[in-house]
Amino acid sequence: MSEEAKKEGQSVPENVAPASLTAADFAPADEKEKEYMVKMRPQTTAFKDGIRRLRKNKVAMVSFWVIVLITLCALIIPIFWPYQYEAMLGMTPGKPVDASFQNLKPMTYSATELTRIEAGEKVFPHLFGTDSSGRDYFIRVVYGTRISLAVGFFASLIVLVIGLLVGAISGYAGGKVDLVIMRIVDIIYSLPDMLMVILLATVLKQAIGDSLEGTVLARIGSNIISLFIVFALLYWVSMARLVRGQILSLREQEYVLAAQAAGAKGSWVIRKHLIPNCVSVIVISTALQIPSAIFTESYLSFLGLGVNAPMPSLGSLASDALNGITSYPYRLVIPAIVISLIVLSLNLFGDGLRDAFDPKLNG
Amino acid sequence: MNPNMLKYIIKRIILAIFTVWVVITVTFFIMHAVPGGPFTSEKAVSPAVQKAMEAKYGLDKPLMSQYFTYLTDVIQFKFGPSLKQRGRMVIDIIFDGMKTSAKLGVIAAFLALIIGIVLGSFAALLRNSFLDRLIMVITTAFVSMPSFIMGSLLLVAFAIKTHIFPANGAASGGLVLPIITLMLYPMSYITRLTRSSMLDVLGQDYIRTARAKGVSGGRIIFGHALKNALIPVITYFGPMLAYIVTGSLVVEQIFAVPGIGRAYVSSITNRDYTMIMGTTIVLASLIVIMNLVSDILYKVVDPRITLE
Repeated sequence: MSEEAKKEGQSVPENVAPASLTAADFAPADEKEKEYMVKMRPQTTAFKDGIRRLRKNKVAMVSFWVIVLITLCALIIPIFWPYQYEAMLGMTPGKPVDASFQNLKPMTYSATELTRIEAGEKVFPHLFGTDSSGRDYFIRVVYGTRISLAVGFFASLIVLVIGLLVGAISGYAGGKVDLVIMRIVDIIYSLPDMLMVILLATVLKQAIGDSLEGTVLARIGSNIISLFIVFALLYWVSMARLVRGQILSLREQEYVLAAQAAGAKGSWVIRKHLIPNCVSVIVISTALQIPSAIFTESYLSFLGLGVNAPMPSLGSLASDALNGITSYPYRLVIPAIVISLIVLSLNLFGDGLRDAFDPKLNG
Repeated sequence: MNPNMLKYIIKRIILAIFTVWVVITVTFFIMHAVPGGPFTSEKAVSPAVQKAMEAKYGLDKPLMSQYFTYLTDVIQFKFGPSLKQRGRMVIDIIFDGMKTSAKLGVIAAFLALIIGIVLGSFAALLRNSFLDRLIMVITTAFVSMPSFIMGSLLLVAFAIKTHIFPANGAASGGLVLPIITLMLYPMSYITRLTRSSMLDVLGQDYIRTARAKGVSGGRIIFGHALKNALIPVITYFGPMLAYIVTGSLVVEQIFAVPGIGRAYVSSITNRDYTMIMGTTIVLASLIVIMNLVSDILYKVVDPRITLE
């Protein structure tokens, strides 16, 4: 950039304090001169600017790659892993249970597997051993990570959609509609959320369990669905408040007034001013919602209100591990580390996003 | 006290009462939406016995009349008998559990406040030093760890591997680990809150004036800055209690503390409906009241805060 400018500068005739002015000095500027005058930095947008700031933030970038890595592992590993998360090894129908598969320590083999290895067969190692039912623990942790991430993501999506809709309606409509919606928001906001979540999850688990039988949703399990319902019922309020507040405050901004004074139409104002200024705040708070949803899911799993067995989630793995904690503490430590890593990186990345895209909020 | 403040306080109290009413109502109707009712899990109950049971608990009356009976009972703290622990009233179980849980919660809250404020002040005072960085890294890690994981890890480290503390919460000294578990998250949160609000306060003019007058660093922090820096911490009282209440559910489970949290969790697994309803209402009211107190305190302490 600077070198280019120097080059340009040399090609432009030196006309600093000329001794005498000729007719050429009064001629209209030619294309080259014009180009020199309008030389600008490469065009940038608020988005590119934010990305640039985000990339400079080392902590946020490391967190970002940790999340990407964990997500990729959770998605890809189950495809080629030789064990299934629900397969109880050593249990073949019609034969007695081979108990040597149960409670294997990490990287050890069962008696049957050892004889197979001696026979020259290759047996895939149990990286984290097996659990009390003879299930490969590594694949259960990977699957649990997948479930936890998915729950966090979809719960945040539900919160986003509902909060955005209600908040936008409330902010635009104003008047009585706004008043009623905001009072409802106030009340839901002051409800002790966790207690309500436990209560709803307890009841919904039984209320919708039977009606799901035989549908696609049954595969997901009644507990996860009730978790989503709980999120849809209770957690949209802060998003709705945020969106409403944004819309109300943005509408009053001078640049919106200026745009309107310059003759901008409503759709232009929404597209060019309201949405770009809202988006960063909304994206950031959605990003920060994911770890809190993962937290809630693991908490409920721990109380036995999370995913349905045999499906694992990080919370249910940790809670199952409590039973054999004296002999197999690593079964608790592994999911504990994974869940803390996920939540920590998501939080740090969310903070980085906030710092990069919304310096106003930083405080 | 100005009339604006009074208006605000009255408004908040009304909202709080309304919230408690919503909790009671929601709890009641949710519990009645459960298919089958409370007696379906009993083994081999003849229709006649079931009828008699329902009559005894007033379940044969129309829903609305049940609701109003329930509402008047709840106001007098009559939650009825526990369905699973025969012969015990729900309110007695709650009261018994509260004795232990309150001790646990209050100690955890106080420790979290004291340690959090001290750590936060030091971090702000020594901004960008090694100690500050260390405090921030540790508190960030604690904030990212669910309470049940923290509790389980502490249990493994201090009770099972090393036997420093008993694993059973009912034993003597058994409350140490549960208290630490419950304390770490609010402590970390308060540390971060104090640090950022302290940094904010330290940048203000009156602090510079004090510095210019030659006041020592320690006096500036504890004599001038802390009072104002603590105002945002007040807003955390409500959420902290909510955290401690929900945290105690799992912590009491992990360490086998005979408190209300464990009673609540076992009532969920046993489907002890009257117990679930009673405990939810009591705990929820506690949280709502604490939120109310911290909101009002926040406005009263700092007259600069504008009222809506």
